[in-house]
Amino acid sequence: MSPIISVSGLTKSYASGFTALKSIDLDINRGEIFALLGPNGAGKTTLISIICGIVNPTSGTVLVDGHDITSAYRAARSLIGLVPQELHTDSFETVWATVNFSRGLFGKPKNPALIEKILRDLSLWEKKDSKIMELSGGMKRRVMIAKALSHEPQILFLDEPTAGVDVELRKGMWEVVRELRAAGVTVLLTTHYIEEAEEMADRVGVINAGEIILVEDKAKLMQQFGKKRLKLHLQSRIDAVPVALAPYHLELRNGGMELVYTYDTKSERTGITSLLSDLRDAGIRFADLDTVQNSLEEIFVNLVRK
Amino acid sequence: MNFRAIQAIYLFEMARTWRTLLQSIVSPVISTSLYFVVFGAAIGSRIASVEGVSYGTFIVPGLVMLSVLTQSISNASFGIYFPKFIGTIYELLSAPVSPLEVVIGYVGAAATKSIILGLIILGTAGLFVPLHILHPVWMLTFLVLTAVTFSLFGFIIGIWADSFEKLQAIPLLVVTPLTFLGGSFYSVSMLPSGWRTVTLLNPVVYLISGFRWSFYEISDVSIELSVFMTLTFLVVCMGLVWWIFKTGYKLKK
Ligand SMILES: Nc1ncnc2c1ncn2[C@@H]1O[C@H](COP(=O)(O)OP(=O)(O)OP(=O)(O)O)[C@@H](O)[C@H]1O
Ligand SMILES: [Mg+2]
Repeated sequence: MSPIISVSGLTKSYASGFTALKSIDLDINRGEIFALLGPNGAGKTTLISIICGIVNPTSGTVLVDGHDITSAYRAARSLIGLVPQELHTDSFETVWATVNFSRGLFGKPKNPALIEKILRDLSLWEKKDSKIMELSGGMKRRVMIAKALSHEPQILFLDEPTAGVDVELRKGMWEVVRELRAAGVTVLLTTHYIEEAEEMADRVGVINAGEIILVEDKAKLMQQFGKKRLKLHLQSRIDAVPVALAPYHLELRNGGMELVYTYDTKSERTGITSLLSDLRDAGIRFADLDTVQNSLEEIFVNLVRK
Repeated sequence: MNFRAIQAIYLFEMARTWRTLLQSIVSPVISTSLYFVVFGAAIGSRIASVEGVSYGTFIVPGLVMLSVLTQSISNASFGIYFPKFIGTIYELLSAPVSPLEVVIGYVGAAATKSIILGLIILGTAGLFVPLHILHPVWMLTFLVLTAVTFSLFGFIIGIWADSFEKLQAIPLLVVTPLTFLGGSFYSVSMLPSGWRTVTLLNPVVYLISGFRWSFYEISDVSIELSVFMTLTFLVVCMGLVWWIFKTGYKLKK
């Protein structure tokens, strides 16, 4: 199936001369949740802003469901709902008015029942007649999500949607995003909460200094880069790792009470069996053991550092 | 054409107008009344009639134009400057709307407001002096043309301005002097001939002259020239707006 968004050779140099995107190529598949990760200033917002028509590209092309974002901007934009990173709201408008305004702006006929459902899903229904300035930051962010959903987009861009939203509501938002995906909506989200990508995404892209350095299936990514750690809780303290165990590169932690062995889940031989027998030979006894999977966060930090 | 978008923008802007209705109507009505007290009654009583109409009557079209001009500029410039300032412009830029639709929405709302205001001021003037409008259709045509043209001009200022100071600067430094020197309170023929020539460089003269003609059939320049100059200014403003959207000037980074 053809990708719903196809970015090729996209470069952006700001008026200041700074090049924020360096010939980006990226395809977003229909119906997936794509998480774009990257440190501050990597170019995530710039990329989204170009696709949505807020920032002019310097060169390159973007197709949204086959429509060029400049020559066929109307067709391209009508498919996209955008929740920008910054909170931009009309303080004096009511929630109800501003969400309905968005729907009108995208050329859709009034549909109060739909708007009601969106507001209810985002726990905003009680606030529908409040002026936006009377809302809290997290509520304002949800109003912006409601605005983006009001015109039933095929593609939803969420630029750090859960920044400043408390844990419970964040879970609620994830639920909304999952429902959208179930309804066939493609979602591209940027986030600094790795757990969000880990929890939500089908694929993960990592951008750093204006370049896409990796695009991968989330599960595969975690597997590929995924190392596991075996933690051994010792029965009695040891002062140093015995020389005989040097090949395992063990880490001694917790004041000599814990040994940590890092191994690759990809490799055929993890070395665990031999480690355990070598430990016995060295006379080290353990009370308990557990294994920990590396998180996406560690994978990400390792990638960006390189 | 995305008519729903035009409607959404227009109604959104009009809602802003209704919210601030009192202040946007009260102050021009008060200042118009003051003009009548000062110029019409106090000074006007010492001035013999101008070109066959009493001074108080003579200044009515000029006063209406003065308000329509300044209100159009301030409504439209503020209307588009504000979303830029608070950042909600992102939605306009990311929506499937053409520049023309945006302009119709914003400029239409700004012009509507100043036309309503112009008519209210005309009504206020009617409380002080008897009104005769010989060519009501032309009167309305000039009113609408002026409101639209200067709303467009205000729209341009609103896009160009990147601070509240700049937003105020052009109306204050350029437009107010031009309107005062544009023949609101006098007939150009009352000026010495050297000044008369200078005055004819002022585009506002043509607007006020044409507008006054529609009331009393007295004018400083021919009605054809008034219409021509008004339309020229309209076309220039439309060209500028077209260029702004084509290049993304000050709207897109
Ligand atoms: N208008 C602008 N003019 C000049 N440089 C800009 C402009 N906007 C962004 N930049 C620069 O472009 C780079 C990318 O910015 P961008 O906002 O896309 O980053 P980001 O990945 O979204 O970061 P964050 O995680 O902090 O939101 C940054 O170095 C930023 O300073
Ligand atoms: Mg960003």
